Amino acid sequence: MKYDVLIAGVGGQGVVLASRLLALAAMKAGFHVSTAETIGMSQREGSVSSHIRIGEEVSGSLIPIGQADLILGLEPAETLRNLPFLRKGGKILVNTHAIPPASRPPGSPEYDPSALLSFLYTNYPDIFCSDFTELAAEVGTYRAANVAMLGAAAGARVLPFSEETLKAVLDAEIPEKYKAVNKAAFERAIKCIRFVSGT
Amino acid sequence: MTDKKLLMGNEAIALGAIEAGVQVVTGYPGTPSTEALETIARYANRCGIYTEWSSNEKVALETAAGAAYSGAKALVTMKQVGLNVASDPLMSLSYIGVKGALVLLVADDPGPHSSQTEQDTRAFGHFANIPVLDPAAPQEAYELTKLAFELSHEFEIPIILRTTTRVSHSCGDVEVEVAEPVAVEAVSGGFIKDRRWTIFPKLTAERHPWLESVQVKLSERFSDLSFNSVSGSGKIGIIASGVSALYVKEAVKTVKGFKELFTLFRVGTVYPFPEQAVLSFLKGIDRLIVAEELDPYLEEQVLQLIGKAHLPVDVYGKKNGFFPVSGEYNVDIVIDSVNRALTAFGDNLRLSPASPAISREKLPPLPIRAPTLCAGCMHRTVFYAFKQAAKQLKKEAQVDTIFSGDIGCYTLGNAYPLNMVDTCLCMGAGISLAGGLFRANPKAKQVAFIGDSTFFHSGIPAVVNAVYNGADITLAVLDNRTTAMTGHQPHPGVGLTVLGKASKAIDIADVVRSCGVEFVRTVDTVDTDSLEDCVKAAKEAMNFKGPSVIVFKGKCVGITKPDKYYKIKPEDCTGCGFCVKELGCPALNLAEDKPVIQDSCSGCGLCAQICPSEAICIGGIKL
Repeated sequence: MKYDVLIAGVGGQGVVLASRLLALAAMKAGFHVSTAETIGMSQREGSVSSHIRIGEEVSGSLIPIGQADLILGLEPAETLRNLPFLRKGGKILVNTHAIPPASRPPGSPEYDPSALLSFLYTNYPDIFCSDFTELAAEVGTYRAANVAMLGAAAGARVLPFSEETLKAVLDAEIPEKYKAVNKAAFERAIKCIRFVSGT
Repeated sequence: MTDKKLLMGNEAIALGAIEAGVQVVTGYPGTPSTEALETIARYANRCGIYTEWSSNEKVALETAAGAAYSGAKALVTMKQVGLNVASDPLMSLSYIGVKGALVLLVADDPGPHSSQTEQDTRAFGHFANIPVLDPAAPQEAYELTKLAFELSHEFEIPIILRTTTRVSHSCGDVEVEVAEPVAVEAVSGGFIKDRRWTIFPKLTAERHPWLESVQVKLSERFSDLSFNSVSGSGKIGIIASGVSALYVKEAVKTVKGFKELFTLFRVGTVYPFPEQAVLSFLKGIDRLIVAEELDPYLEEQVLQLIGKAHLPVDVYGKKNGFFPVSGEYNVDIVIDSVNRALTAFGDNLRLSPASPAISREKLPPLPIRAPTLCAGCMHRTVFYAFKQAAKQLKKEAQVDTIFSGDIGCYTLGNAYPLNMVDTCLCMGAGISLAGGLFRANPKAKQVAFIGDSTFFHSGIPAVVNAVYNGADITLAVLDNRTTAMTGHQPHPGVGLTVLGKASKAIDIADVVRSCGVEFVRTVDTVDTDSLEDCVKAAKEAMNFKGPSVIVFKGKCVGITKPDKYYKIKPEDCTGCGFCVKELGCPALNLAEDKPVIQDSCSGCGLCAQICPSEAICIGGIKL
């Protein structure tokens, strides 16, 4: 068994925390896990991605091109940037909430989130898109969009472990102060995705 | 009792060092090495481990060496370019050796992701006669750390544990022997006076044969270790070390019957080269592929060995163009490169890469997210002030200004639209480069920017030189009270140690004054009307004949809470976009026809100070 997840977003969106939570859940389910994170120059406002490799063997932490089973895109442009990692038939969950780049250096293409989202809808008809930032803001803070997306992934049953395993990790890892709001975002996202997919 | 934890490579190294009984830990922050010392610092009080952020890597290594002379088990942490700074003591230390144990964690950065160089510490170890261990993943990093301490103690020589970004900054499940770190033993014995601790030409001449003999003994020992492992039984050999070995393992699995087609040799102890073990591997194969990031280190070692033993094995690696000579590797690069070699063999066999759902070329154009200074960063105010001062000087006196940067967050001053870094070389170099630029461009003004931590790291000798030799330069110290780029470590100017204990805060203005700088100003950047003061001070300093220093005092928005935010008054905003185009602040976006200030505004007020229509004002208080 191998299951590769790529989380893509922008610095400050909680990509690294989300990948840690997935990795811990995978370990709890008895798998080996290996993650690679972008830390350093690109931390603030830059593109950030985290590779989470789950399986029965220890592997290098970078997912090869065309091997990711799931992409969790916290931001539309960052989702597209990482699409070549997705395998044929892989799943995508996208947060439609766009974060425009800080400055537009000469030569940088204009950011048109709706054009990018329609590219995704056209090419991946079974993609799941929602404004997880808004969903998280509704239950308390836009910052919990990362955990909301984990909830959506659990709700869509696209993870190699149970919703309960992930919930137990959230319980153990999220500081008391932020626990209620993160759990609420997680649960709301599960409900939302189950409602949409009619399950 | 063993336990399984999710650990970053650097955390695994820290726990390995504590289990090995490390007593003294020193280092200087540097991506991707920083978290190792930070993890040990968290256990320092509980386990009785002396831990410090030193002022630079040379100082860190010398401090650790002094402890190790006295029987202590010591660890020093740094990134690869830090080893350059520490190379002076290291080159001599190999002759002197140690008594307790001394392990250097040196993190390389293929890519590079956040470094000036793509240098290879395996080759550095070879050059310095210092053994090098090269883990592939966090579990192995933990195990090799413990081995490093054992070997250093037994052979009385420093050992380098060399990692790369994908080892230090990967997280993985690690099985540790001790679930919770326990107290380490106190240093026993202490320093014993002996002529062996005082390097002298005669002593070096006596010690050199010993140093060479250790290399031979360690090569023999390494040949028996399970960290150097063989798998498969094919006639095509592949040798690799570090994380590349894991890429090779995954790449060959894409063909059926790979175990009968390939024999893989994974080198965990790269220097001294485990010759005996590699020799028996070479005797079983026809052809050899070498997969390694950075230098062709293994390739040169095997070529030598093949020549020495007259073996009929062709080698396919970087030196004959089969593998990329630079950059970070991954499974796809290994598959491509191995396939190039298989093609050259005339073999029909190919490794098969996965076919992606979509290729990069088919994606619509995507916006570039260039790394940038944070919203409200004090550096932006200072860079912008110097930009204005230089513009005025150009207008008034037709004088050009050259801006020399340095290593830290403020290297980002080079980014569009500030464009305020004309040179950047290495830690502390900006000041001396400005001195040299002055000699060759006497009519131009020279301004050097340096951060507070970098100033203490290696800026001071350059200030002394500027005063001593009368270089007409202006130094802007960007004092945000932290080592920001590497994750906010304290430094000698902050008044706190790594453990959060109070220490004497060294005042940068006092230091430069005592170095003999006659023009010294301190300017506060925190006030929301500070731009005018900054421009005025910059101009005065640039007009001063001789070395001048301005210490810009501020705060790092990464570790302080903003107290207010700004907003655009739509009725006054003309939509000229000047604020967005001039500053490149991530909190300012040009939406539709007028700029919008985002939630990330931390209230520096710089945009309000430059708005030609005075259309930006305080929007409210941040709680």
